[in-house]
Amino acid sequence: MIESIILWLLAILTAPFFSAIMFKVKAFFGGRIGSPLLINYYTLIKLFKKGSVYSTSTTVVFKLGPIISFASAITVLMFLPIAGHNPIFSFNGDVILILYLMGLGRFFTIAAAMDTASPFEGMGAAREAYFPIICEAAMFMILIFFYRLTGQLQLSAYFTGDNTIVLWNLAGAPLLFIVISLFIILLTENSRVPVDDPATHLELTMIHEVMVLDHSGPDFGLIELGSFCKLFFYSTIVSRLILPFDFGFSAIGYFVFIIGLIIVYVTVGVTESVIARYRMDKVPQFVLTSFALAFFATIITLEFI
Amino acid sequence: MTNAFLEISNGEKIAREKIPHLSFDEFSKTALLVVEDGGKVVQFFAYEDDNDIKFMAVLRTDKLFVAGCDAPDSYPALSKACEPFHMFEREIAEQFGMRPEGHPWLKMVRYHANCRDVPDVFGNDYKEDIPGNYNYYQVDGDEIHEVAVGPVHAGVIEPGHFRFNCIGERVLHLEIQLGYQHRAIENLFLNVQAKRLPILAENIAGDTTIGHSLCMAQAVEALTSVTPDKGAQMIRSIALELERLANHIGDLGALSGDVAFLPPANYFGRIRGDFLNLALLLCGNRFGKGLVRPGGVRFSLADDIRETLAERLKELKPQVEHVLDLLFSASTVRARFEDCGIVSTYDAEKLGLVGPAGRASGIPYDVRRSFPTEHYSQIDIPENKKPTGDVYDRARVRYDEILQSIHIIQSLIYSPVETQCVDDSNFNLPPSSFVVTVNEAWRGEVSHAILTDNRGKILRYKVKDPSFHNWNGLAMSLRDTGISDFPLNNKSFNLSYCGFDL
Repeated sequence: MIESIILWLLAILTAPFFSAIMFKVKAFFGGRIGSPLLINYYTLIKLFKKGSVYSTSTTVVFKLGPIISFASAITVLMFLPIAGHNPIFSFNGDVILILYLMGLGRFFTIAAAMDTASPFEGMGAAREAYFPIICEAAMFMILIFFYRLTGQLQLSAYFTGDNTIVLWNLAGAPLLFIVISLFIILLTENSRVPVDDPATHLELTMIHEVMVLDHSGPDFGLIELGSFCKLFFYSTIVSRLILPFDFGFSAIGYFVFIIGLIIVYVTVGVTESVIARYRMDKVPQFVLTSFALAFFATIITLEFI
Repeated sequence: MTNAFLEISNGEKIAREKIPHLSFDEFSKTALLVVEDGGKVVQFFAYEDDNDIKFMAVLRTDKLFVAGCDAPDSYPALSKACEPFHMFEREIAEQFGMRPEGHPWLKMVRYHANCRDVPDVFGNDYKEDIPGNYNYYQVDGDEIHEVAVGPVHAGVIEPGHFRFNCIGERVLHLEIQLGYQHRAIENLFLNVQAKRLPILAENIAGDTTIGHSLCMAQAVEALTSVTPDKGAQMIRSIALELERLANHIGDLGALSGDVAFLPPANYFGRIRGDFLNLALLLCGNRFGKGLVRPGGVRFSLADDIRETLAERLKELKPQVEHVLDLLFSASTVRARFEDCGIVSTYDAEKLGLVGPAGRASGIPYDVRRSFPTEHYSQIDIPENKKPTGDVYDRARVRYDEILQSIHIIQSLIYSPVETQCVDDSNFNLPPSSFVVTVNEAWRGEVSHAILTDNRGKILRYKVKDPSFHNWNGLAMSLRDTGISDFPLNNKSFNLSYCGFDL
């Protein structure tokens, strides 16, 4: 239990570092040196030192947005098996709770954006509400797949100990689909290229960034930290699937885990560097691919396994 | 074609008494006839002469034509029958208070009081300086939403207000309101010493320094009957092509950045700087300020500079080709560029689009081919028109022109030509004369016109930046396009705010 809590704290603390790896990769492809690996910490410290500015036209909903989205992001991490260890909380059906905890965070981000009554933020909110709906369908298809294999609905049943290796042995080929599908969901949920462009300064094209334009100081810091944690959550799942080896509580176990994470973050960085962003009306097709992959994976397990 | 207008050539000094002074009816009839026949408006402006307001128009087909007439206080709008006059009539209404009756969209251009102190055509009192103080075009409906962008923007760009009427993500209509940078440049030209004219012309639009200074210099040269030597003409052509290169490359980089394809954006950002530095080598200023002066250029192209220039170009060319290939061969980039923001040839003709934006929409017009100045009569410029008028074609025109410009500069710098440098000096303009100059700057046709009074003082200095035509092209490209594609379309036009606002 203590180990789980320490791992949880470490996850929150190191999440900004891993995100910076992505920036480095993008900088490398762009022929630049890029920002230092600790850039996100500097940004967070800067933001937390500042004061927040609130528009007079906003209400308490606007202030709730960052707090709830951050709280939901770190709560979700409590259910996440990190490096194959048991999470802080775990019960049968926790996956559903996790999905809707993240939904709750998103709901309040959207509500806070709508609260500003800015036309940009309204547009961003509409987009942010639209794409994750498709993701949700894909997520449930993935859950059905895991449920078919394990008969359980909890993350620890899939990702702790040697459970992941068992999954690969049970249905290796369809699991490949699931990895790709989860990677697409990772890109969508975390507003990465080709779905969203986190680096742009153009409000009209943003999805996630535009919704948080009016937040400042510590509020914005919470949002940033929350989004690092969210990316960490998805990356951990994907990395566990690609490196499913179980080493127990050993240094090599953590080493493999970190290597896995770095692989995922580097892959995101490479993806962002080598493809342009899709046109807004093509994005649903891309996101639906994740659903289709999960769907096929499930069908394969239904028929042949 | 013969008509009541006088045929002139680019940069030709015309005595004012030779310019046909028609009745308004004949003026209007002939102008409409020429433009309906596929002609275009180069200049159409009003000026005050002996307390009378007069109109003057310069039209182009494959030749240039000029004529003038007395301006009635209100007149049947030419735009009713012929769209290319639309912006010009609005400008005249704003500058001189002449009301074009039946104008389809009589709206202020830059938000300033007219120069005659007559009641404002648009009913503004100008007590407060708010260009956006205007009832925007509105679309009604439950699901319609309006998005207002600017005048202060997120990037480091100039001010302008954009008002979108959208249904969901789809733009029904975009209305653009500029004028935030209005400095009354045309009036500044009237009251300065002659030697300050080049300084003013250079600063009309910083990114089109060479384009505007060339127009000014050629106009003054024509009026004072000076011909710059061959070497100066070549240096000017090199400078104009360098300006085109730097800006086109910067544009392609920005387009790439807008679709989140970062490598070309970064490389082109750097390469643009390299080309600006070539201009620095030429004249000591990255934007070519202080190079072009009436009578020639202020800096000759010494042999060592010529060699460095050639060397650096040789080094840059493969880099440019490589990054162009990287950008244009990426399928995800093409997916974004193609079919985005289409302006049909029909619309482009009606709007009178010029430059790369016009060529992308199938209008081949290029001043360097049609009315060559400087060294261009001896350079073979290909026809760069493209068929569809989408973002891809606007990028593709730039692609072609970048490679052509490098080729042009390389062919020019290998032949050393001596030039006698000129210095800032005063000159006297001849009385009662008129000249119009056009040049193909990187955005398209830049045109200056000078009218002098009977004492040789400038009576009217008219400036037209290509952006004056093309802003409406941007508004048109957004019709029925996703609002998230606005930045991409905006970059594909990359128009000047200060060049429009004057």
